[in-house]
Amino acid sequence: MSDEPNKGLLSPLRRKLLMGMAALPAITMLPKASFAQAPATSAVNTTGLAVTDTEVTVGILHSATGTMAISETGSIEAEKLAIEQINAMGGVLGRKIKFIQEDGASDWPTFAEKAKKLLVNDKVAAIMGCWTSASRKAVLPVVEQYNGMLYYPTFYEGLEQSKNVIYTGQEATQQILAGLNWIAKEKGAKSFFFVGSDYIWPRTSNKIARKHVENVLKGKVVGEEYYPLGNTQFNSVINKIKLTKPDVIFTDVVGGSNVAFYKQLKAAGIDLSKQALLTISVTEDEIDGIGGENIAGAYACMKYFQSLDNPNNKTFVPAFKKMWGEKTVIGDVTQAAYLGPWLWKLTVEKAGSFDVDKIAAASPGVEFKGAPEGYVRIHENHHLWSKTRVGRAKLDGQFELIFETADLVEPDPFPKGYQ
Amino acid sequence: MFGDYSLGDLGSIFVMQGFAGLILFSVYVLMALGLAIIFGQMGVINMAHGEFMILGAYVTWMTSNLFQTYLPSLFSGYFFLAMILAFVASGALGMLVEWVLIRHLYKRPLDTLLATWGLSLILQQAFRSVFGAREVGVDLPQWMLGSLHVSDSIEVPINGVFVMCLTVLITVGVAYVMYKSRWGRQVRAVVQNRIMAGAVGINTEKVDRYTYGLGCGIAGVAGSAFTMIGSTGPTSGQLYIVDTFLVVVFGGAASLLGTIASAFSISQTQSTLEFFMSGSMAKVLTLLAVVGILMLRPQGLFALKVRK
Repeated sequence: MSDEPNKGLLSPLRRKLLMGMAALPAITMLPKASFAQAPATSAVNTTGLAVTDTEVTVGILHSATGTMAISETGSIEAEKLAIEQINAMGGVLGRKIKFIQEDGASDWPTFAEKAKKLLVNDKVAAIMGCWTSASRKAVLPVVEQYNGMLYYPTFYEGLEQSKNVIYTGQEATQQILAGLNWIAKEKGAKSFFFVGSDYIWPRTSNKIARKHVENVLKGKVVGEEYYPLGNTQFNSVINKIKLTKPDVIFTDVVGGSNVAFYKQLKAAGIDLSKQALLTISVTEDEIDGIGGENIAGAYACMKYFQSLDNPNNKTFVPAFKKMWGEKTVIGDVTQAAYLGPWLWKLTVEKAGSFDVDKIAAASPGVEFKGAPEGYVRIHENHHLWSKTRVGRAKLDGQFELIFETADLVEPDPFPKGYQ
Repeated sequence: MFGDYSLGDLGSIFVMQGFAGLILFSVYVLMALGLAIIFGQMGVINMAHGEFMILGAYVTWMTSNLFQTYLPSLFSGYFFLAMILAFVASGALGMLVEWVLIRHLYKRPLDTLLATWGLSLILQQAFRSVFGAREVGVDLPQWMLGSLHVSDSIEVPINGVFVMCLTVLITVGVAYVMYKSRWGRQVRAVVQNRIMAGAVGINTEKVDRYTYGLGCGIAGVAGSAFTMIGSTGPTSGQLYIVDTFLVVVFGGAASLLGTIASAFSISQTQSTLEFFMSGSMAKVLTLLAVVGILMLRPQGLFALKVRK
């Protein structure tokens, strides 16, 4: 056999082998991290997800068109930034993240359809997406049926928990209770006037807030008003506020109505430096449209403000602006969306697998120390432990941090005594 | 519900609530005037009305930015120039749209519904691509913010007064143009009988184009004025379209006076009801009342006798 060494080997194959050998020195020049601990694909992907030896595919599913594009653009930007940063660090289990972006187009059935497409056709390992509760409710049965993993960024009304969803925003009690406690103590507030848009999130949030005001703070709700989504005239409710003279106006008005509400509040001569107003629906993103001069002095109850003074945020904000422009602002939900890809990466590494079942099981206890909001950890119920913060709106559209809870607040999506 | 309040409080609240109603009335008239011309006079169901308004709002935003950058000393007066520019921009776009799209559809008025709805989607996406998906905040000069301090408890929003004055001005202007000028007579002649109007020497194409342009231009001015009270974003126009059609249809499509009367009755009902119940319920009851009245009077409040 050794007499005719090359006879059995076809020449194209030989050429390939030779080329492979020639390329070997180049491989050693690649960053170590990318090859260091890349386990075999067959071991980390037992369910046929879109994972190769070098790449893993995730989906981004938000509205890039339609009404909700206003809000969801920030989330898309944050998720892309996180993915880019993770890739620059060597990816997940030695694999670069590739993303497929789908447009939910502000239409809930479209969200469900696109989620199905991402899971069934593209076999994505996880979906970063949804913004409104309505879109999440539409996508939920799809991710549960096809066993996908959804990272959902928005603060929302709670009353939901799923093996297939990680909620990176606050549920209602996390967002509301600490803020109400603070304003009751700080301002001696006893009477509250609630104004909200008329759909599930404000109604559920106000229900929780009302129970808390009446049962815990022993205060009084002197008015609770809802306006249809998109309403642009608030003069009547502003008159009612003037008549009842509440210590605190508590608002969860959303979308274009938000802008109208604050402009008209200012025009009606209500001075927010004297009249306390606590909102759970205005972030830096919304102030862009409202105008700093119309809302300066109002308090917002969130978990993140762009102005937060911590080392993580000091690297996050410039990185975000470098990628998306100096003028972009970062609101609470944008930051929560940024957590999605990171938490997924950390969970995959903890589980040592891309399999959805293993990720769902490994999620509780996963900590992310690099979060711009500070340290966060995933709870048993797939929500995040996070701090509640109160900021005061300034003329330049940023918030000044006024108060934060000393400890992380436990997520409680099904609060007892509040339903 | 009034037991707990002093007489003085109640008095001033009624005054302020009265103003709230008047402001709502002016807003309704202003947003409906352009459509009253296009839908009422020309019979074109213009679903893109809101987008023409938002074009005016964006023009205002750009003007404000220009003044802030290049002419900060004249900033306090920029709004007047912005309204004129908004009129010109929306009017010009309107004339272009009429030439490209609408003029082919005068014989099929129902199809204008679909065509202009498509147009509204195109314009929304165009705004989104050009100005970004996020809302923009229009800076206003200091004198237009805040309120007039009448007494300790009565405050009148300056922007409300501004909108009221503007509405009166534009309504008088439109009424004069439509009912007193030679051109207005031509418009009405074309609407009543296109072929006959052409036969007596009216250039019907030109009249159509300018009428549509005028309607869109007024929408632009309305959009410019609403930057004071509402939001400016790619889809903000959608917030106004339902109320606008409601006012025009309820008033009787072909009547300017009807539009004003209907704006008045809807706004007063709405703002009075809002005071006694929640905003959503007030809207429901107002809509129910409108539906009820339209069932009894399908032609609207004021209807001209038209030849069928």
